[in-house]
Formats: sequence, structure tokens, C-alpha cells
Amino acid sequence: MAKTTSVCYLLLRVLAFGATLSSIIVMSTSHETVNFFTVSFEAKYTHSSAFMYFVIANSVVAVYGFLVLFVPSGSFLWQFVIFFDLVFTLLLTSSVSAALAMAYVGKKGNRYAGWLPVCGQVPKYCHQVTGALASAFIALIMYISLLFHSIYTILPLLQVGKT
Amino acid sequence: MASSNAEKATDQLNKSSNALNNVMMPTTKTKTKLLKRDLMVLCLRVLAVLATASATIVMALNKQTKSFVVATIGNNPIKVSITAKFNHTPAFVFFVIANGNACLHNLVMIAMDLFGSKFDYKGLRLALIAILDMMIVALAAAGDGAATFMSELGKNGNSHAQWNKICDKFEPYCNRGAAALASSFAGIILLLIITGMSIIKLLKPNRINDIVP
Repeated sequence: MAKTTSVCYLLLRVLAFGATLSSIIVMSTSHETVNFFTVSFEAKYTHSSAFMYFVIANSVVAVYGFLVLFVPSGSFLWQFVIFFDLVFTLLLTSSVSAALAMAYVGKKGNRYAGWLPVCGQVPKYCHQVTGALASAFIALIMYISLLFHSIYTILPLLQVGKT
Repeated sequence: MASSNAEKATDQLNKSSNALNNVMMPTTKTKTKLLKRDLMVLCLRVLAVLATASATIVMALNKQTKSFVVATIGNNPIKVSITAKFNHTPAFVFFVIANGNACLHNLVMIAMDLFGSKFDYKGLRLALIAILDMMIVALAAAGDGAATFMSELGKNGNSHAQWNKICDKFEPYCNRGAAALASSFAGIILLLIITGMSIIKLLKPNRINDIVP
């Protein structure tokens, strides 16, 4: 029973790593060039600093997720896993929030600032960005459940008197 | 003979009282050491309340009205007044809500620390504090991330999407927003330290202070 649970959570970590990896790949390959009349309009993820932050933060979390898969069970490193889980979940949620704010302005515009929505001209780019955001959001949910699980697991190992 | 017996007796009495002192001393030492930890968490929570409250209030009262000359008919210029408010941008609204929540949460935690030892938490008190702290720091981090990039967009614009920068026209608005952001970054660091200490308290509770339900 305990072995099944631990295999289950190892699988969850693999899935979370896969989700962050796929969000990086989808965001960095989102590129569309549109020509209308003589003006060419290019949309790339490097044009926006929020999307760059999104790719960098997700790659950091992906590297961490990959390294955590190799920590042997029962070693002293699991105490640090709690702390790093918390920090990287924070990083992931901040990156998702920033990219979502930028994508919202791109989709709906901001009429008070005079910013027109961009998604009408580059729909394929917008769909790819939406896909990357959805994948990162799924990774975020998995990381939150992993954070709660690692605290719950380490608790009895350190003999806590909770009465 | 009687005096040597008396000496032996007093020696034994001294030894036993010393032994008793050695047993009694550690508990008072650990009690004061861990009371310092609780006091530090309380001080950090008060600082975090101040930081997040100032971020919320400065951003929520951020408003600037400026009138621009649009056209000139004859000798009379036509003026249009434009207002920049925080609720024009959803990211700033989220920022205000997240920091407001963080402030309220810390106030409730301080009250619980000072006045809440009479309630029955059914053994879940430390776990509840740790989990709620983690949720609040994640919320505040998300709010900060969104507001940072939205204000960077307002400051530099985005030439590729033909979005003009607005900070050169509304400079006091941008400066106040930057001050609110800086204050909330300080709040995030404090909240992270508080969360770390709550998790440490969960894993290694003080057997004298935290053993209550």
C-alpha cells in the first residue's frame, strides 16, 4: 500500500516535469509572421519580457523536477525537498500569473491606455501561448499537491508530537 | 565520627541538589530559546502586515488625472482630461486583492497567536498555520508577478505590438505604482521567511509551548 502510494507520487513528479517541459517547448516555438499589404507583423515570444520570464522560470522548475526524480528515498535530502518545492512552486505561480496578465492584454487590449488587442492578427501565435499557459497551470496544480504530500510524508519521519 | 557523618550527609545533600539543578536547568533554557523563535515570528508577521498593507493602500489610491490639448480652434485649445486609475488594469486589481488578503491573513495569525490559545484545534493548529501561510505566499507572489510585468509594459511599451508607453505622460502614477510594488516585494520576502519558520515549527515543535491543541 505504501509502495503503491510512493509509486503514485513518483509518477506525479514525472508528469509535472513533463508538463513544465511541454510548456517551455510550446512557448518557445510560438512564432508567426503575418503580412498584410506591405506591412509585415511578426509575433514572437521574445518580444515580451513576461513570456521570456515564463520560459526561464519554467525551465528552472523543469531542471529541478528532473533532479528530484533521482533523490533516493530515505536520504537526508528529502528535508530540503520541502523547502525547494515551496520556492519553485512560488516561482511557477508567479511566472504563470505574469504571462497570463500579458496574454490578457494581448487578447482583450486595454482601451484606457490605447492598447489594441493583437490576437486578431496572429491567431496561431495566440493559440500556442494559450496552450503553453494551460500546460504550466496543470504543472502548478501538480506541484501544489506534491508540496502538501512532501510535508505529510516527512512529518512522521522526524517524529513530531502533534498530540 | 558524628561530624564526619554529618559532613558525608551534607556532601550527599549538595550532590543531589546539584544533580537536581542540572536536571531543572535545560527545560528553562529550552523554554526561553524557543520563546525567542515565537517572538521572532510575531515580529516578522507585524512587519509583513505593515508592508502588505502599505502596498495595498498605495496601489488602491493610485489615481491621476491629466488634461491634454487635442486640437486648437482659433485661439481656444480643446482639452481632454484622461484619468489613470488602478482598476483600469486587471493585473493591478489582482495585486490589490492578493496583498489585501495577505495583510488580513497575517492580522488573523497575530490575533490567533496572542489570544487564541483557548480554542480547540483538534491537534491541527500547526499544520493549519503552515498550509495557510504557504497558500498566502503563493497568492502574493502571483499578484506581484502580474503587476511587475504590467508596469514594465506601461513603462517601456511594446513596439512590436504598437503599444505605447504611458509612464512618460503619467509619471506620478507610475512612481506610486513602483513604490507599492517595492513594498510588496519586501512583504513577499518576509512572508517567505515566516512560511519557512512555520514549516520548521511544524516539523520540530516546542514540547512545552506547542503541545497544546
